Amino acid sequence: MREQVRTGLNRRTVLKASLLAGGGLALDALIPLPAALAGAMEGKSPAAARLSAFVAIAPDGTVTIVSKNPEIGQGVKTSLPMMVADELDCDWSQVRITQADVDQKRYGEQSAGGSTATPKNWLPMRQLGAAARAMLVQAAAMRWRVDANQLTTARGRIVDPATGRSIGYGEVASAAATLVPPDLSTVRLKEPGQFTIIGRPLVGIDSARILEGRPIFGMDTRLPGMLYAVYEVAPAHGGRLVRADLEAAKRSPGVKHVVPIVGNGDPDAGLADGVAIVASNWWLANQARSRLGVEWDLSAAKGHSSTEYQAKAEAAIAAGAGTELRLDGDPEAKLASAAKRIAARYYYPFIAHAPMEPQNCAALYQGGRIEIWAPSQAPQRGLQALHTALGIEPDAVTLHLTRAGGGFGRRLLNDYMVQVAAIAKSVPGVPIHLIWSREDDIRRDYFRPAGWHSFEAGIGADGELIAFSDHFVTFGDGKTPARAAGFNVSMPPAGLVPHLRYSQSMLPTVVTTGWLRAPGSNALCFASQSFLDEVALAAGTDLPTLMLRLLGEPREIAAPDNGSPFDTARARAVIETVLQTSSWTQKPAQSGRAKGFAFYFSHRGYFAEVVDASVAGADVRVHKVWVAGDVGSQIINPMGAENQVRGAVIDGLAQALTGQAIEFIDGVVQQSNFHDFPLARMPITPEIDIAWVKSQKPPTGLGEPALPPVLPALTNAIFAATGTRIRSLPVRLKTA
Amino acid sequence: MPYRLNINGAVRRVDVPPEMPLLWVLRGELGLVGTKFGCGKGLCGACTVHVDGAARLSCQLPVGSVGDSKVHTIEHIGETAIGARLQQAWLKIDVMQCGYCQAGQIMSACALLGQIAQPSTDQINSAMAGNICRCCCYNRIRSAIRIAAGMEEESTRDA
Repeated sequence: MREQVRTGLNRRTVLKASLLAGGGLALDALIPLPAALAGAMEGKSPAAARLSAFVAIAPDGTVTIVSKNPEIGQGVKTSLPMMVADELDCDWSQVRITQADVDQKRYGEQSAGGSTATPKNWLPMRQLGAAARAMLVQAAAMRWRVDANQLTTARGRIVDPATGRSIGYGEVASAAATLVPPDLSTVRLKEPGQFTIIGRPLVGIDSARILEGRPIFGMDTRLPGMLYAVYEVAPAHGGRLVRADLEAAKRSPGVKHVVPIVGNGDPDAGLADGVAIVASNWWLANQARSRLGVEWDLSAAKGHSSTEYQAKAEAAIAAGAGTELRLDGDPEAKLASAAKRIAARYYYPFIAHAPMEPQNCAALYQGGRIEIWAPSQAPQRGLQALHTALGIEPDAVTLHLTRAGGGFGRRLLNDYMVQVAAIAKSVPGVPIHLIWSREDDIRRDYFRPAGWHSFEAGIGADGELIAFSDHFVTFGDGKTPARAAGFNVSMPPAGLVPHLRYSQSMLPTVVTTGWLRAPGSNALCFASQSFLDEVALAAGTDLPTLMLRLLGEPREIAAPDNGSPFDTARARAVIETVLQTSSWTQKPAQSGRAKGFAFYFSHRGYFAEVVDASVAGADVRVHKVWVAGDVGSQIINPMGAENQVRGAVIDGLAQALTGQAIEFIDGVVQQSNFHDFPLARMPITPEIDIAWVKSQKPPTGLGEPALPPVLPALTNAIFAATGTRIRSLPVRLKTA
Repeated sequence: MPYRLNINGAVRRVDVPPEMPLLWVLRGELGLVGTKFGCGKGLCGACTVHVDGAARLSCQLPVGSVGDSKVHTIEHIGETAIGARLQQAWLKIDVMQCGYCQAGQIMSACALLGQIAQPSTDQINSAMAGNICRCCCYNRIRSAIRIAAGMEEESTRDA
């Protein structure tokens, strides 16, 4: 509904100004991203290389900012508009935020993953706000016939200090829409000291609505005439449907349709063989499942059992060093000649994401088009999946994004979207809401893959770590690791030790794997920082001291795989900070109680953490956790940022302490709900102290990097308290 | 089976099997989607409602057993004094991340403060242990309960 489109163009950026239908200024920005930030995960599309933003100022002064990314609890729906609003120099109370539908042409990449929203948007969002402000100021200058440079702004008004007169943004917004937008790369941005919104603890934009129980989540989708569906699939991946009593299920109360669906043979694509039951109420649909009497062919998953994986991993380690991933210097010779040589094996299990909102998705198929309501973290990947699995062209899809009740990486995959589309296609004209039971959600996860590490370290006569090696056993087809099962060749101490070897072996699996919060790092950090704690003690020191010695002079170490460079000065600063805040050198007097330390760098964030824990029999109690984190010069919204850190810390503690492990027998997941896959509960929650170390680097994301160090900080504390080294997760201590 | 239910002070009529859990009556039949489905086994607390003032897991409560009891849900809780105080406290320190479990958290917290005006930390932990928050906003949930009860926030040091 716009007229008079004017475009300011430079080599890299498109900025379009237009007049809103009811008067006012609308600004659309299309901004290419630096290569380092584009496409942080697999499935890079051209859209990932650019970013777009939209802001509108209505005649009444209301500022509308479109939030295009999925909101999964990480707070982007509030924090990204804060960046726009601050440079626009309006009052936060003037701001309205609307959730965008999925539209690749208009919005470019729309996803929530990899802690990328903050680094990607920090500059463009502010530039857009500053450009809008410049245009409003220009319009006021023209009205008053003065030089724009002599005008200032504050809280959504333009002020002429010479005369004291002022005018609201809304009053000049229509005039501003007739101006040629400035070059985004040249608009003047605020100095950090001038921020009025960025850095203020602000309440999430949807919090009040959620506390009143108003609909917002995918689960809350309600459409006229909507029916509810369950989708019964085999208990093991790759299972084929042999027979099912469709008629019996159809006779069950409330059931309207029973639809057998032939899978596309690729369990990873999300459309396994199955039977959909569609009923007037979800509980009625779920009740009818037991009447199906389904028989499955589970032969594809035979032998895919946790015990077999364990045996194969041990055999792979015994067989030798595997495929070399990184070789620095001559670790073999240096290990052989080291004054002291230590070795240890580490293991962590498959675990599930289990977001509180079970997977679900609503769809209406009619007239060759499909409309979808999805709580997805990567909806555009869902469009690709719909095309691959069902031949639905992306142009035939209208895709609405709902808020997601947690993501943790689970909703980066869109199997539920493919399934509901398949069901909706079979009952055209009827809106269908597919809801998974909790059992479905846990058993059909894309699990964080299990992994095994065989470490060796050589310590010189002077107590220095001189050689280090890790043979990693993971899952994959022999050439490529399974999703989220890859190694990180920059894992510390790589780059810090002269002689180092990282190698890998793979086991085949039918289990679907995927990214879990701080993918890779959530597992690698536990194994490597625990083993380095062993190394430090063997070298007669402690882990923070060893890490500080290894970090050496301030420098940036490039990542061989084009990942983020590692800044040893930033690492040093967070380590020194947490040693101070936790009073590291003061050991708890009580026996069976001790502190543990760990450091990690992931998703561009530097985190050092100390855990104070006590152990009595098999019970571990965490008293306090100290966190020092460096995610750049500016915390955008301290309210959300601290919540991300606390959540990550408790999440990590729960992974270790509540007994989280997914196990398989012939591919069948043995866990099913929160009684056997336990999550954190309030009583385990310790006091958490957060210290931000603000380096002069652009701000980066917080969804992930605070999680990895807490696991080894905890297990290192358990060792310090008891002398028992935890080399396998979850923590299982003997009762006596 | 036809039922006359007393939900949030109004009579609501539904015709469903007696075994249908109250959760699915609220969500599917009455459009009260504020009460959340989390586990279906009484393990997570997302579906917590009040039945005659007591916190109950609606996924474990067959509608046939509700009878004349007064059922209150998150949609109504702001009309009670304690509920309104809790909502304000929740907003003051913005407890939530994803927010999905928060309706259940508030309902449990409301029942707790109805019984104990100023609960100890142990009493809070024990009353709230049935409510899972996967985002782990537990520090702030505890703090918000204390604020609503007129006590000091949980001690933390953010610098």
